[in-house]
Amino acid sequence: MLQITGLTHSYSDGHVAIDSLDLTVADGELLSIVGPSGCGKSTLLRCIAGLIRPTGGRITLNGAAVDGVPDDLAVVFQDYSRSLFPWLTVRDNVALPLRRRGKSRAERRAAAQEALESVGLPDAGRKYPWQLSGGMQQRVSIARALAYRPSLLLMDEPFGSVDAQTREDLEDLVLQVHRAEKMTILLVTHDIDESVYVGDRVVVLNRSPARVHADLPVTLSADRDQIETRGLPEFVRLRAEVGRLVRGGARIPGAVPAGAAGGILKSDIRHQKGVGPDTMADSESGGTRPTR
Amino acid sequence: MSALRLGRGLIERVWLVAVAVAAWEIVTRRVGETYFPPPSTIVKALREQWFSGPASALFLSDKALDDFSASLAHLFVGWAAAGVAGVALGAAIGRSRVLHDLLDPVLQFLRAVPPPTLVPFFIMVFHIGATMQIVTIAFGVVWPVLLNTSDGVRGVDALQLETARVFGVGRFRRLFQVILPAAAPKIFAGLRVALSFALILMVISELVGSTEGIGSELIGAQRAFELPRMWAGIVMLGILGFLFNALFMLLERRLLRWHAGAKRLAG
Amino acid sequence: MRFRRIVYGAAGVAGLVVVLEVVSRTGLVDDTALPPASTVLREAGRLAVDQDFLVDVGATLKAWAGGLLLSVLVAVPLGVLLGSVPVLNTASRALVELCRPIPSVALIPLATIAFSTVVQQKMALIFYACLWPILVNTLYALRDVDPVAKESLRSFGFGTPAVLWRVSLPSAAPFIATGVRIAASVALIVVISTELVAGGDDGVGLYLNETQAGGGRNDLLLAGACWAGALGLVANAGLIWLERIAFRWQSARSEGVA
Repeated sequence: MLQITGLTHSYSDGHVAIDSLDLTVADGELLSIVGPSGCGKSTLLRCIAGLIRPTGGRITLNGAAVDGVPDDLAVVFQDYSRSLFPWLTVRDNVALPLRRRGKSRAERRAAAQEALESVGLPDAGRKYPWQLSGGMQQRVSIARALAYRPSLLLMDEPFGSVDAQTREDLEDLVLQVHRAEKMTILLVTHDIDESVYVGDRVVVLNRSPARVHADLPVTLSADRDQIETRGLPEFVRLRAEVGRLVRGGARIPGAVPAGAAGGILKSDIRHQKGVGPDTMADSESGGTRPTR
Repeated sequence: MSALRLGRGLIERVWLVAVAVAAWEIVTRRVGETYFPPPSTIVKALREQWFSGPASALFLSDKALDDFSASLAHLFVGWAAAGVAGVALGAAIGRSRVLHDLLDPVLQFLRAVPPPTLVPFFIMVFHIGATMQIVTIAFGVVWPVLLNTSDGVRGVDALQLETARVFGVGRFRRLFQVILPAAAPKIFAGLRVALSFALILMVISELVGSTEGIGSELIGAQRAFELPRMWAGIVMLGILGFLFNALFMLLERRLLRWHAGAKRLAG
Repeated sequence: MRFRRIVYGAAGVAGLVVVLEVVSRTGLVDDTALPPASTVLREAGRLAVDQDFLVDVGATLKAWAGGLLLSVLVAVPLGVLLGSVPVLNTASRALVELCRPIPSVALIPLATIAFSTVVQQKMALIFYACLWPILVNTLYALRDVDPVAKESLRSFGFGTPAVLWRVSLPSAAPFIATGVRIAASVALIVVISTELVAGGDDGVGLYLNETQAGGGRNDLLLAGACWAGALGLVANAGLIWLERIAFRWQSARSEGVA
C-alpha cells in the first residue's frame, strides 16, 4: 500500500510544486492521476520514486518510509528514446536492472525474454532500441519494468509521444498487464479520456502547487474495450466530470469541488504570484536536471 | 557495368594525385633538384631504409623493426597512459560540480601550454631517453581526453541517470554501463585528437633528444645531407599518421555503431 | 553561478600553487627538479619585464600570426574553389587525405635546409600545419550548406558568384572559424617546436633552449612555459571573442532552434 500524507515540495527557487498532498493507493489498484500540464504531476511521481527528496510530508510504501529509490518500484517514463539506453540491445536493456535481483546471466536472459513476449515483442531482443518504432520502444520500457517485478509501477505520461492507434494498443497492454500481474499501478497523464479508460480510480490534481482536487471511483467493469467502453453512457459521464474538474482546476483553482477547499484557495493564488505558467513548467524540470 | 562505374569513380578520385606525383617526378628530374628528390628516388630510399627485409617479416628490415618498435612503443605507452588518466580524471571532474568548478581554470591553462615548451624541462628532469619521451607525449595529449571526457560525462542525459537509479543499477555499474557509454562519443573524439598529437610529440621528442626512432633517423639524414633518406622518413611518418587514423576510425565505428545508428534515425 | 565559479576557480588555482610549493619545500620532490611555485612565479614576473624575453615572445608571436594569416589567405579561397567545382572536389580529397597525416614537425629538418632564414622556416611550417584544418573545414562547411537557401536565391535569378557570396560563405563562416582556431593552437606548437629544433635568433623556444644549455634552471624553464600557456590561453580566448562578435547572428539562430 502506498500512503502519502502532507506531501510538500518546493524547489530552491521558491516555487512550490506540491502543497500538503494526501493520497492513499490500495494494493493492486490502478490509479490515474490527471491534471493540467505543469501542475506538479511529475514532481509528485519523482517524490514517490525517491528521485527527489520532498521538502515536507511523508511517503510510505508497504509500511516503509520512502528514503531513496525503493527496491520494488519501477518507472516507465514518457521519453522512451532517452530512458532506454541506445548502446544496449533491447534484451540487455530489459535485463540490466535484474542484476540487482541476484540472478544468473541465463536467468536474467530468460526473464527478459519472457517480459518481451508478454508485451508482444518476442523477436526484438537482439535489436537496438533505436531500430524499433516509438510504440515498440515504449513496449520495451514496459517490459523492462515488468521483468523487474515491482510491487508498484509508476508511469509518467507513458503514451504522450506515440500516435493515437499505438496509444490505444498500449492502454490495453497496461490493462492486460495489470490484470495478469496484479501489481499496483500509478498512471500519470494529462489525457482525460485515458485516465478514465485505464483507471480504477481517477485523482484530479489542481494547478500548481499540486493538491488533490477531486478523487472519483471509475464505476466501469474491469473488462474494457476501446470502442465499446468509450461509448457507454457511464464513460461519457465520467469523462465529462473529470474534464470539468481538470478545466476548472486549471483556470480558477477549486471552482467546482468540495466547499472545504474554499479557505485554502486564496493562499493558492498568493503562491502563484509572479510565477507564470512557463516558469512553472521550467522549474519543474529544472529541479531534477543539473544546470549546464 | 558496375566494374566500369567503379573504375570511373576511382579515376575521378586519384587522377589529381597521379598528376601531382608525375609532375613532381618530371620537374625534379629535369631540374636536378636536390631538396625535393623525385618520388621514385624517395620510394627507393624508403625500401633500402626500412623495407628490404624478408617477406616473412612483411618486408620490414631489422633496422625498421628497431626504429619502429622504439618510436611506436613510446607513442602508444604515452597515449594509453594519457587515455587512462584522462578518462579517469575527466569522469571524476564531470561527475562532481565542486571538482569541476575548482579545477576548470587550472585545466584550461594546462591545456593551453604548447606541449613542446615543456620538452627542455622534461629533458632536465628525466634526461634524454624513453622516460622523457613517454612523459612528454602523455603530458601533452592528456588534456583533450580529460576535457572531452568531463564534457561528455557532464552532458549525460538526466533521464538516463534517473532510469539507472530507479532500476537499482549500482554505482559501479552506473559508471561503466551508463555514464561512460553515454559519454563515449565525446571520449573517442578526444582520444582521436590525442593520437594525432601523440604522433607530433613523438617526432618532436625524437628530433630534440633521442638516438633511436624514426625522428632521430630523420634528423641524422638531414645532418648527413642525404635528402632521399630524409624524405623517406617524412613519407614514413605520413604513412604512420594515415594508418593510425584509419585504424582508430575503424575501431570507433565498430564500438560506437549504436551512436551512428541512433543519430541517423533521429535525424 | 558566475560568482561561485570565479571563487571556486580562484581557490583551485591557489590550492594548486600551495600544493606545488609544499611538495617542493618539504623535499617530497627534489626541489631542483620541481622548484617551489613561488620561485617559478617570481621568475615569471621577472620575465614579464625582461627586455630579451619580450623580444623572444614578439618574434614567436610574429611568426605565429604571419603564418596563420598566410594559411587563412590561401586555404579559404582554395577551399572555396575546390568546394564549388565538383570535379576538383572529388579529386582533391585524395590529395588532402595523403598530405594531411604527415605531422608538420616532421618537415622541420626539410624546412631548415630549404629556407635560409629562420623566420621563413617558421612561417613555412606554420603555413603547412595550418593549411589542412582550415582547408578541410572549409570544404566540409561548403558541402553542408543548406541547399534550400541556395536554390531559393537561384530562383530569384542570382548567379553562382552571388549565391556563393550571399549564402554559402556566410553559412560556412562559423565552421571555417573553428578550423582557424584549431589551426592557431597547432601553429603555436609548430612555431615553438621549430625554435627548439632549428634555433635562430629570437623566440620562446630559443629562450628555453638557451636556458637549458646555460645550466638548466628549471624555475626559468617553467616560468617560460607559464608564459607560453598564457599566450595560448589569450590567443584562444581572443579568437573565440572574435568569432562571437562576427557570428552573433549565428548563435542567435542556433539558440532559437534549440
